[in-house]
Amino acid sequence: MKNLLKKDGVQSFVASLICIVLGLLIGYIVLLFINPTGAGAAIMEVIKNFFHYSKPALQLKNFGNTLVKTAPLLMCSLSVLFCYKVGLFNIGVAGQYVAGSCAAIYCALQLGWGWLPCLLAAIIAGSVFGVVVGLLKAYRNVNEVISGIMLNWIGLYLSNMLLSNVKEVASPYTLHIKTEAAKALLPSFGLDKLFNGNQYITLAIPLSVIVAVVISVVLNQTKFGYELKATGLNRNAAKYCGMAEKRNIIVSLAIGGSLAGLGGALLYLTDYEQWLCTGSSVPGMGFNGIAAAFLGGLNPIGTVFSSYFIQHITSGGAFVDKTMYCSQISDLISSIIIYLCGFVLFIKYAMNNIIAKREKKAAAAGPEAPQPEAPKPAEADNGKGGEA
Amino acid sequence: MLLLIQYTLIFASVLTLVALGGCISEHSGVINLGLEGIMVMGAMGGALMLRNLSSAASPFVIVLLTLCAAVLVGVVYSLLLAVACISFKADQTIVGTAVNMLGVAAATVIVKALNTAANPDDVSSAVQYAGTKKAFLVKIGSFEFNWFMLIAVIALVCVFILLYKTKFGLRLMACGEHPQAAASVGVNVFKMRYAGVLISGALGGLGGICYILAGTSEWRFENGVAGFGFLALAVMIFGQWKPQRIALAALLFGFFRALSNVYFGFDWLVNAKIPGAVYNMLPYIISLLVLAFTSKRSRAPKAEGIPYDKGMR
Repeated sequence: MKNLLKKDGVQSFVASLICIVLGLLIGYIVLLFINPTGAGAAIMEVIKNFFHYSKPALQLKNFGNTLVKTAPLLMCSLSVLFCYKVGLFNIGVAGQYVAGSCAAIYCALQLGWGWLPCLLAAIIAGSVFGVVVGLLKAYRNVNEVISGIMLNWIGLYLSNMLLSNVKEVASPYTLHIKTEAAKALLPSFGLDKLFNGNQYITLAIPLSVIVAVVISVVLNQTKFGYELKATGLNRNAAKYCGMAEKRNIIVSLAIGGSLAGLGGALLYLTDYEQWLCTGSSVPGMGFNGIAAAFLGGLNPIGTVFSSYFIQHITSGGAFVDKTMYCSQISDLISSIIIYLCGFVLFIKYAMNNIIAKREKKAAAAGPEAPQPEAPKPAEADNGKGGEA
Repeated sequence: MLLLIQYTLIFASVLTLVALGGCISEHSGVINLGLEGIMVMGAMGGALMLRNLSSAASPFVIVLLTLCAAVLVGVVYSLLLAVACISFKADQTIVGTAVNMLGVAAATVIVKALNTAANPDDVSSAVQYAGTKKAFLVKIGSFEFNWFMLIAVIALVCVFILLYKTKFGLRLMACGEHPQAAASVGVNVFKMRYAGVLISGALGGLGGICYILAGTSEWRFENGVAGFGFLALAVMIFGQWKPQRIALAALLFGFFRALSNVYFGFDWLVNAKIPGAVYNMLPYIISLLVLAFTSKRSRAPKAEGIPYDKGMR
């Protein structure tokens, strides 16, 4: 048990669980303040999400809907994760996602391209946005957070402008891809049958998981990934060892951008949503990606699950009783979770301390009989050791 | 033309206030990326106060109470960042981002809850304050003077004196340059950093209420403050972390932001047939360009972003 807790992966998992539980708890307390009568039911709706429906058929269909939105979220969080490994905080992921979405929709509706070229266009658009941040960071020493935010807004307005050309006449939304540009629709390969004929289930879902595995392999098993991580750990040391640290920064942001851009295409090319051409705020998908990346312990495989969890509660927010609460309650919970993720290092530190204390205690009590009551002076000593 | 000057001044006031906040926080050694969220929360505090005051009250009382509410909420909210980043040594970028997201989400949830409680059919996140907003405006001819323009100037002078002419300010800056050295001569680095972040919270809150009052007579909180917290950080970098330069930078950025509000008042701009979205993008594009040309030789406080560790040399 103790040895298990010492492992970094297990610690990350426990820390994430603590963040989730605390996040939900604080969310529950907020709900209590707003309206004490329905708080318990509301938080259960958020947790239950598609189990809201009693019929298994409807549950399956709504599970599918949650998965449809998990795929782009996973791509965004992979983008954040990948850049974070190189020491960059890619908050521009939202803009890269927007750029990818815009490119995919525009190519599908305006240019009438098939789905594969549309995906490629989205990847390129996203990576262009990433590369701009990378170039500014590597050569002009511009903080990537600030340039990323600026590009988020530029991307939003640019997309609104471009996509106004392909919007419906009577509404501010873009045309339906299914009816106007059917060949740009992502193929489903029969996967929709698994989810009770949910038409939005496409290759996007398996593809996003495959990408997660690929990212994991690239980061952990290749020389390229090693160089990127080394640059992230110490830029100067990496340079000293002959790694092209500037190139690594730009390449990692290009890859991060292309991941986010692909994410945008994976959502909009299913026709699950239409782009709102008058939107005045950057879509939350990218920011939720940041939450998922940190909640997943910055591990590509962990991110698969954390992305699902974040999307699960976000979708669950829609089922909350609207007469008492608003659906933003799930945004609140996920932002509390990110805030708590800032404490992960501290939680791990505390866990290591507790383990070290226990081991010391056990050693002091003798190897064969670890007694529950340790001698008092030893305890005081341990306390000091823990603080240092 | 007068309208352009008016908007330029009001947006410059917002940027000055918030950038000064960022400047103080960074001089103490904490990067306050949460300014955007702090602005939203401060704006919420001020707006709710404005809504609940009767418009019959004297303008002075209205202005004072609104400012107090915005400052108070801003300071309390910035505690979230301060506790995490200073006491728990959390990553300042992650916490700042979380504070931003939390600000928008919390403000939306709170305002919606209040709206729904008052009227079950009202599920919007808007706060109206048409009547009481007038307390902030003074008409001089056709020019609408806003008290915030004066407040920004006062804040500028105060911050300048605080940073360069007082013991407190010099110690604060020492904590951002070399905290261990400051600690060795008896300065409490933790206290100084808390002070820095809380002051930036107060200024951020002020900037927030100023920003939403610059617009129409109601505000939808799910929109946040449109990246103004980050524009202010860009202003701060362009201003080289110096109050007087920050004010000039704020004027420049304020001008481009104002242009998107009033470009249709100029015939030659309308005739140029540039889509409105381009004007919306303008402040962000300008800030990217400006950062590209100024960041290379910028000298940020040396220890900013690094949690203070007593044992480190």
